[in-house]
Amino acid sequence: MAVKTEPLFLNLGPVHPSTHGVFRMRALVDGEVITDIEPVFGYLHRGIEKLAESKSYRQFLPLTDRLDYVSSMNNNMAYVMAVEKLAGIEVPQRAEYIRVIMAELQRIIAHLLAIGSFFNDMGTFFTPFFYMFIQKEKITDLFEMVCGQRLLYNYMRFGGVSHDLPPEFIPALTRFLDEMPAEIKKYERLLAENEIVLARSKNVGVLTREMAVNASAAGPVLRASGVDWDIRKVDPYSIYDRFDFDVPTGANGDCYDRYRVRVEELTQSLNIIRQAVNGLPKGKVLNPVPLRFRPPAGEVYSHIEGNKGELGFHVISDGSDKPYRIHVRAPSFINLTALKNMLIGWKLADAIIIFGSIDICLGEVDR
Amino acid sequence: MTVQLEYNRIVEALPQNLASSVIAIEDHGLIIQPERLTDIAAFLKVEPGMELDYLCSITGVDCINYFEIDYLLYSIKLNHRCTLKVRLADKSEPAVPSLAGLWLGAELQEREIFDLLGINFSGHPDMKRIFLWEGFPGHPLRKDYGHGC
Amino acid sequence: MVELLLLPASIRSELPFGYWLHLLIFGLGIITLLLTSVIIFIWLERRLVGRFQLRHGPNRAGPFGLLQSVADVIKILTKEDIIPSRADKLVFWMAPVIAFTPVVLMLGVVPVADGALLADLNIGILFVVAISSVTSLGVFMAGWSSYNKYSLLSAMRTVAQLVSYEMPLILSMVGVVILTGSLSLNEMVKAQSIPFILLQPAGFFIFFTASLAEINRTPFDLLEADSELVAGYNIEYSGMKFATFYLTEYCEAIVLSTLTATLFLGGWQGPWLPPMIWLLLKIGLVFCVIVWIRATLPRLRIDQVMNFAWKFLLPLAILNLLLTSLSVIFWPTAPAWASGLINLSMLAVFILVYSKFFKPGGKTVAV
Repeated sequence: MAVKTEPLFLNLGPVHPSTHGVFRMRALVDGEVITDIEPVFGYLHRGIEKLAESKSYRQFLPLTDRLDYVSSMNNNMAYVMAVEKLAGIEVPQRAEYIRVIMAELQRIIAHLLAIGSFFNDMGTFFTPFFYMFIQKEKITDLFEMVCGQRLLYNYMRFGGVSHDLPPEFIPALTRFLDEMPAEIKKYERLLAENEIVLARSKNVGVLTREMAVNASAAGPVLRASGVDWDIRKVDPYSIYDRFDFDVPTGANGDCYDRYRVRVEELTQSLNIIRQAVNGLPKGKVLNPVPLRFRPPAGEVYSHIEGNKGELGFHVISDGSDKPYRIHVRAPSFINLTALKNMLIGWKLADAIIIFGSIDICLGEVDR
Repeated sequence: MTVQLEYNRIVEALPQNLASSVIAIEDHGLIIQPERLTDIAAFLKVEPGMELDYLCSITGVDCINYFEIDYLLYSIKLNHRCTLKVRLADKSEPAVPSLAGLWLGAELQEREIFDLLGINFSGHPDMKRIFLWEGFPGHPLRKDYGHGC
Repeated sequence: MVELLLLPASIRSELPFGYWLHLLIFGLGIITLLLTSVIIFIWLERRLVGRFQLRHGPNRAGPFGLLQSVADVIKILTKEDIIPSRADKLVFWMAPVIAFTPVVLMLGVVPVADGALLADLNIGILFVVAISSVTSLGVFMAGWSSYNKYSLLSAMRTVAQLVSYEMPLILSMVGVVILTGSLSLNEMVKAQSIPFILLQPAGFFIFFTASLAEINRTPFDLLEADSELVAGYNIEYSGMKFATFYLTEYCEAIVLSTLTATLFLGGWQGPWLPPMIWLLLKIGLVFCVIVWIRATLPRLRIDQVMNFAWKFLLPLAILNLLLTSLSVIFWPTAPAWASGLINLSMLAVFILVYSKFFKPGGKTVAV
């Protein structure tokens, strides 16, 4: 006898432990299987792009911290670089090195959090999350040393960075660099070959290479699908062309590959930081720039490899002291394009970890 | 280094019927007629030597007299980029063909522009507001927003 | 009072009021012991998990944070008791009671010393098996009556999971029954001059794994699945009714630890220390292992849980039963080490063969 069934409409979010913020998915489930899904955005929309039009270039800088609030340094860097390109501001060498060190430390933070919450979504009772949080706190301490903040740093300035490194910074950083490889090894030993992790994440949520490129995915999501595309390599900005590092890629584009790519990027970031510390020149860290300056009319698109993918700032100037229009190419937002295709046909439990493996930050999605 | 494609080269490569729809070549992009946007993008996506297969970013701008939409395209294989621009003079009912059929990546970005600038993308599978709620008055990124719009 | 509990049955029946006094004292004893030990075990679990996660755990209320659970109880009892307006009120009220009662009943047949138990049923183990399934009914009622989609999904998962794991659980107990030749738990403990975990390692493995699923502990905590179903079946419960479910959960863990200790670890048997202390130590040990697993492993998906029960545990349990019965019939004089070794090698071979068929990941369902 055929049992009469009907699909169940399930509302995941905006308040749900695994949507990493106030994201909402309207899912249609057939038993456990997701048959249709509609992402709903906008619960954290603050109109940052509109706010930019009424602020001077410098006043907008603190708002960039609040885009992806776990990678403030990278957001600062992307915006500052765009305005420098627009206004033709020179940056001292030492500041470039400091920026790279900060951006890579920030990448380690963001990836640690991404990996930790990925395993939380998978159902481990916070243990990997806490292991990674301890290392994350050490980097936060380093950031606190240089700028006094622990989350929204607002450290970079047009023409450099706000403060020089304090004398205790480099020894502390070296200590961190020395102990971090052993920590990464520990994560690998505890997590990478766990049968349940393999069973839950391998071949789950596959994003094919074609689909990833077509859906404009970026960052670890794109690289896990086998596309060797890292802005630091293909279009080196700042001083990234001076460093020697690899771009890890995945083969299948499944959740496990996305996790692997992030773990391997941790090592690469450490690598870059080590080279940058060794090459750190002496000198000033900030070229004076007037408080209110008027870049020439024109437009510029400047991008960096953010933690979630290509983070770009499209800045248009009309010659006044306020930007005419700022558009943020937000990787978290654009990475969600393929979400629907990735989720349909998977079970509810899979959907949660597929979503977790994309690693979004709602501050950047909704802006 | 991602190379900026020379716009003259693109115009030369375009077939006759498409090349005529190029309005102007500027420093920051190739300005084309909105009606032929899909054809030109589809041509550039597959043409050997161009292969602009990655739609990086779409920006909508309100330039007072007209709307401008910038499409930033990359070629993953050849590592170069180019910007296409369309200008919509009709500010009362602006419309432009959607690229969502060519690139899935355009889907959410076009919805964002529809929401914030009120530009309609014809042919988009799901054209509705994304960040703001249905019934929100006006489109905030328009320059005249808040002045009786 | 404790001495009274430990008197032999023959003397107890000569006390004033005879058996009724015994029932009264013992019943009160079990409930008091269970409720107080729940408070201790909750504290133990939180402290242990804290240690596993490189943090302190509760350490503010009272010495070593021992009063934390008391504070939690006071808080939870003073909370408002909310019933969803569209809930099935009668079922909603009954569910916590139905879930809790059988757990307490199960302890009635567990001996704390030779002959010291509430009711020495000659079908003790059968009683345990029968009564333990009732809890899942309470859980299902809670999930169904809450008028919440998450709790409904959780209730469906519960039924599927508990029915499946009942089979290997019972079959693994039968191995012990065959070795003992009795269904009484007291007889089983007496028969363990060598703990059955050494004679029946495979049986222990099946029993422990299946009981983890029965009490919904990691990696089988699908019905709570905080990252997917938020809190599962008890999502709409608050106040005392929620506390009852919380109590049920921990009582179940304690009772299953007790059963594991009784069936496989020699129950109250042990040198030097009094029998009751031995039993408590063994319960604590098993409970710590459960906590350890909780702090370590991710969660399985529903289809993997089902596959594991029907394709791995059930065949293994049947094989174990067959091997045990054959050895009892044809080689009754087998030395302990020989039968233990045979059992262990069977387990090893089975796991090796099964691991050849292990395929990580999952596949989509055509929608």
